[in-house]
Formats: sequence, C-alpha cells, structure tokens
Amino acid sequence: MEEQKAQAYWQENIRTISQLLVVWFIASYGCGVLFVDLLDTIAFGGFKLGFWFAQQGSIYVFLVLIFVYAKRMNAIDEKYDVHE
Amino acid sequence: MELQSLIYLFVGASFALYIGIAIWSRAGSTSEFYVAGGGVHPVANGMATAADWMSAASFISLAGIVSLLGRDSGAYLMGWTGGYVLLAMLLAPYLRKFGKFTVPDFVGDRYYSDVARTVAVVCVIFVSFTYVAGQMRGVGIVFSRFLQVDINTGVVIGMGIVFVYAVLGGMKGITYTQVAQYCVLIVAYTIPAIFLSLQVTGDFLPQLGFGGTIEFAFDNGVREIPAGTYVLHALDQSFKDLGFSIVYTEGRAGVWNTFLLTVALMCGTAGLPHVIVRFFTVPSVKDARISAGWALLFIALLYTVCPAVGAFARLNLIKNTQNIEYATWTQECTADQAAALAAAQDNPAVDAARVDCAGQWFKTWENSGLLAWMDKNGDGKIQIANGAAFKGKPSFDGENRGASGERLLKNEAVPAPAGQAIENEVYFDRDIIVLANPEIASLPNWVIALIAAGGLAAALSTAAGLLLVISSSISHDLLGRVMFKDAETDKSKLSDSQELMAARVAAAVAIGVAGYLGINPPAFVAQVVAFAFGLAAASFFPVIINGVFDKRMNKEGAIAGMAVGLAFTFIYIVLNVFVDKTGTYTMFGIKATGIGTVGMLLHFVVAYFVSRATAAPPQDIQDMVENIRIPRGAAPSTHAH
Repeated sequence: MEEQKAQAYWQENIRTISQLLVVWFIASYGCGVLFVDLLDTIAFGGFKLGFWFAQQGSIYVFLVLIFVYAKRMNAIDEKYDVHE
Repeated sequence: MELQSLIYLFVGASFALYIGIAIWSRAGSTSEFYVAGGGVHPVANGMATAADWMSAASFISLAGIVSLLGRDSGAYLMGWTGGYVLLAMLLAPYLRKFGKFTVPDFVGDRYYSDVARTVAVVCVIFVSFTYVAGQMRGVGIVFSRFLQVDINTGVVIGMGIVFVYAVLGGMKGITYTQVAQYCVLIVAYTIPAIFLSLQVTGDFLPQLGFGGTIEFAFDNGVREIPAGTYVLHALDQSFKDLGFSIVYTEGRAGVWNTFLLTVALMCGTAGLPHVIVRFFTVPSVKDARISAGWALLFIALLYTVCPAVGAFARLNLIKNTQNIEYATWTQECTADQAAALAAAQDNPAVDAARVDCAGQWFKTWENSGLLAWMDKNGDGKIQIANGAAFKGKPSFDGENRGASGERLLKNEAVPAPAGQAIENEVYFDRDIIVLANPEIASLPNWVIALIAAGGLAAALSTAAGLLLVISSSISHDLLGRVMFKDAETDKSKLSDSQELMAARVAAAVAIGVAGYLGINPPAFVAQVVAFAFGLAAASFFPVIINGVFDKRMNKEGAIAGMAVGLAFTFIYIVLNVFVDKTGTYTMFGIKATGIGTVGMLLHFVVAYFVSRATAAPPQDIQDMVENIRIPRGAAPSTHAH
C-alpha cells in the first residue's frame, strides 16, 4: 500500500510538471522563437506580439508557472500525506 | 555635491554595509559555511539567488547586448530566466530533500562512484573560475571608470572586500550580504530606467514605456520622426533610414540557432553549481519550490526593465548625437552656456541633450576608449548610421586631437556600404549603454553614483557566490570525500573544524587566483562564457535529471554520459573559437553558443543506452531515489560525519 501510494504521488507529480512545462515551452520556444514571425504580424500597442513574447511576455509566464507549480505541489503533498 | 564625492559616498556606504553584515553573520561550523545552516527564509534566499545570478555582465552588458541585437536578444532574456522554471520543477526540490552540501555530493552519492564525484568537482571548478574571472574584471572596470583608480588597483580592492565576507562568513555571510547587494543593485538599475522612461515616453513603468509613444519629435538624419510615434516604430524607421538591412524588432540569427542558444542558456542556468547550491540553504522542500519563484521575481524586475533600457538608449543615441557639431557640443561650459543648459533642462520645449556643452560625456567616454568618433567627411558634425566607422577597436593616436578637438584614431576608415546616404562615424562599446546612459540622458549626479554602487554590488555578489562553490568543492568534495576518506567508515577523516579551516584556505586561494585572472584576463573572456553555459548544460543538468527521474540510471550510464557530453561540447567550442580564430567553424551551421544543447542531447542518449546495457544500480541507491522524490523527512542539511 505504502509503495502504491508513493507510486501514485510520483505519477501525479510528473503529470503536473508535464502540463506546466507544455505551457513553458509554448510561451518561450513557441511564441518567442518558432512562431515569432507569424505573431509579429499582430500589433499589440506599440509592440509586435512575437517581439513582446521574446522580450517580456515569456518572462511573466515563467513567473506565474513557478508560483502555480509551488501551490499545486503543496496541495498534492497534502493529498498524499507526504508534506513536511 | 560634486559627482566624485557622491560616488565615494555611495560606494563607501555600501561597502561598509556589506562588511557590517559579514561580521554579524560569520560562520561557526561547516554547515553554516557551506549552506548557511539550512535556515534561510525562502524570500531572503530568493533575493540572494537573484544577486548571485545577476552578474556584472547582467548589470553592465545585458542592456547593451539587447540594444545591439534587437529581437534576437530574446534568446538571452528568455534563456537566463526560463532556466528557473526547470530549476524549480526538475532540480531544486529533490536536491533539497537529498540534503547535502554540494552538487558533486549528489553526483558522487547517487552514482556511488568517486570517479563521477571527481569529474563533477573538476567541472565545478572549471565552470566557476571561467565565470569569476569576468566578475573581477567587471569590478576593475567600474572602479577605474568611476573612482578613477587604475583597473588593477580596483581588482585588488574588490578582492579585499570579497575576502572579508566570503572567507569569514562563508555561505551565511554571503547570503545576507547578497540580500543587501540585491537591494542596492535593483535600485541602481531601475531608478535611471524610470527616469529614462519618463523622459522618453512619459510612462512611469519602463515595461509600459517600452510599448509607449515618444514625447518629442526628432530628426534621425534622414527624416523628422513626429512626437507620438511608438518607441519601437521610431527605432524601426530610423534603422531603415540609416541603412540597416534588419530593423530593431526583426530577427536575423535564424530560428534554429536562436532555438539552440535558448535551450543551452536555460539548461545551463539550471545546471550552474552556484545557483543550484542556493537551494540547499532553505529549511524545507516546500521552501525550495517557492524560493525559485521568489528568485525569478527578483530577477524579472531587472530582466523586464532591461529591454526597455536597451531600446531607449538606442533611440537616445540617435536623437542626441545625429548631425550635432562636436566642437561646441562637447566643450567645457562657459558661464553663459552653463546658464543656458540649466534653463534648457527646465524647459520641456527645448531638447537639453543637444544644446551647447551638453555633450561633455561624449569626451569623457572617448577618454576611456569605449567611445570614438572619426570625422570621415570633415564637416565637424557627428553622423551615426549602419556599418562600422573604422576597422577594429579604437586605437588612439596618443593624445593628438583633430580639428574639432576629438581624439584622433590610427584605425583605417571603413567606407559606407554602397548606396547608403549617411556614413557612420561613431564607434561605441556596448557596455556604455548602462554605464553612460544617465549621462547621455543628462540625469542628476546622484543617479550616476548609484550606478557605480550597483555595478559593484552585482559583480561582488556573483564573485562571492562562485568563490564559495569553488572552495566547498575543494574542501568538502575533494579533500573530505575523496582524498581523506576513511575507507572503512566511508566518512571523512577531517574533523569539522579542520574542514572549516580547509574551506577558508581554499576560499582565500580561490580569491587570489580570481584576482590574478581579473588583472591578467585571458584574451578570450567573452567566448568562455559559452563554455560555462555549454558545459553546465551538457554535464550537470542531465546528470541530475537522470539521477532523480530515472531510477534505473546507474554509475556506468552517468559517467559515459558526462564524458561524452563534456568532450563533445569542449572540443566543438575549442575548434570554433580557438583553432579557427574567425569563429566561423561550424558543423551543420550550429554556432558555438548553442552547442551545449547538442552535447546535452548526446549525454541523455548515451547515458540511457549504456545504463540499460549494464547492471541496475544497487538496491540502497534505488531506495535513496525513492526517498528524494518524497518531500517528507527533509532533515536540515547535514554533514557526512
């Protein structure tokens, strides 16, 4: 039982990380590198959207991701009763 | 107050603060020396991490890189921040649970091998020394420009300061000093940026001003740019007018090289030992996760302001120097001119930056060799446009002055590209973007003094963090865990106080070596940064990820992976930078800066196949991996005794 619980905890941890890293990839490599020229055709105030993601937006997304991760992991820790 | 006295006051006060903190928080045990006793609050650790991370290069050079590269600089901005997401999710919590002192500790224990441990120690030392040489140089530059002492004297003073708080205080002293240093450097960075943003766009926040509109009309040499134009549009239009083939907001490096560079910088960031070790200092796994968030928040304060500073600076440089008459603009103010200048500064209808005698900063920086002007068309006016003004870095003809009073150059002039109306006459080093910005924008003297204190805080905090990592990998990993290991008990033969003494001696020696490298910098300092990130990305990042996420990963796989990743990256960079001095040697068009990504992929692939072809790791190691995956039971960082 203990081992099963540890297994399930780890699976949920991996799932959470994977979801967040998909967002991480899209915001930085997607919007800021791979599709930057496409997004640059969209104007956003004085910015082109791709340029904004490469120089500003991706950093804001990173920040939100870490705080969301910390919050979700704390909840998962409690759920599986492995918190400190 | 005089500018010089203000600088002495700001720098002196900040130094007194650092030393005071160091004495208050000196280390009494190895645990305090290596990881500050594991009791640092996550927010304080976040600040310390940010100060540790943001080096002289971030503070002084990053805005210059951004303003030079335009959109392509996104790779640096994203790379040096996005790595914290990886650190928070893939490394920090598990390493904190593991609960030892250093990165080689983890590599050696997880892979039950002193070979792996020793390879890790060598990597730590190489990566950290590469990095620290640049910091000492940064200290020297700030001292020589702002305190008017010789660069070498500046390096020696910097060494003395770091010596006091790194050797006495260890990680505990460094952490609390870094909190103070973060405050100094972020204030010093953002205040001039806010002034600039207000001046150029009227927006208080530089991040908004970056996308805002300019408050003034100006002549870029080809056309009048009307007030109310977006900052970035004004830059793009001016770039087009002045003959640049790529405008500011377009990329030129190519998608794949930008992609590889971003990956290498992100994974390198997450794999740098002096960053990782900071997460050993917080009390719990939960704190390690959130602390990465705080660190990134404090880093983002600088990194989101930086691109705005780069854009404003580039715009100001064109606005303030295009077609201005050098002789009258840079002369010393007569009483009448000084009065006129002061009046212009109070009158929003006049551009104070262009009135007579407002350009003395240009001469000051000419004297430092970071700025130069060659009057190629002999009209006595400065022209700025696409292309190099002359070949190479400025080589001044002694103190000889030209017809307008400018320093004469011995360099060979480079003609403007065919069909370009305006010929570029100005050389500027990217470092002046931050250092000279307040003067270019004629901001008050105390802002300039603040920049000096901020630049020193950035350089000293990073140097101290690196030196600590070097000293602990020598005293703890090499002496304690390899050379003086008791084979029977698997413990170090050194007592805690002996090891603490060894750590202090190692730190002192490391400072000496770093100072030597700062005074006699290897000619390739700029290129070796690619080394530091590439090697960290190809070695530490994958070896730790495998150690946590792949229970089946064994000693053989880890050693083979590190060897292949390191050797490949090392050889490629050496071929690219040193053998072919033009830096144009490439395989499949991959630049040396992004090669760490390929090295990392090779590491993962080789490690996987070798580990599957050899025996599984012993049961106690597999249990250890299970254990570090679960937060509960994180003891305070403990010593091997």
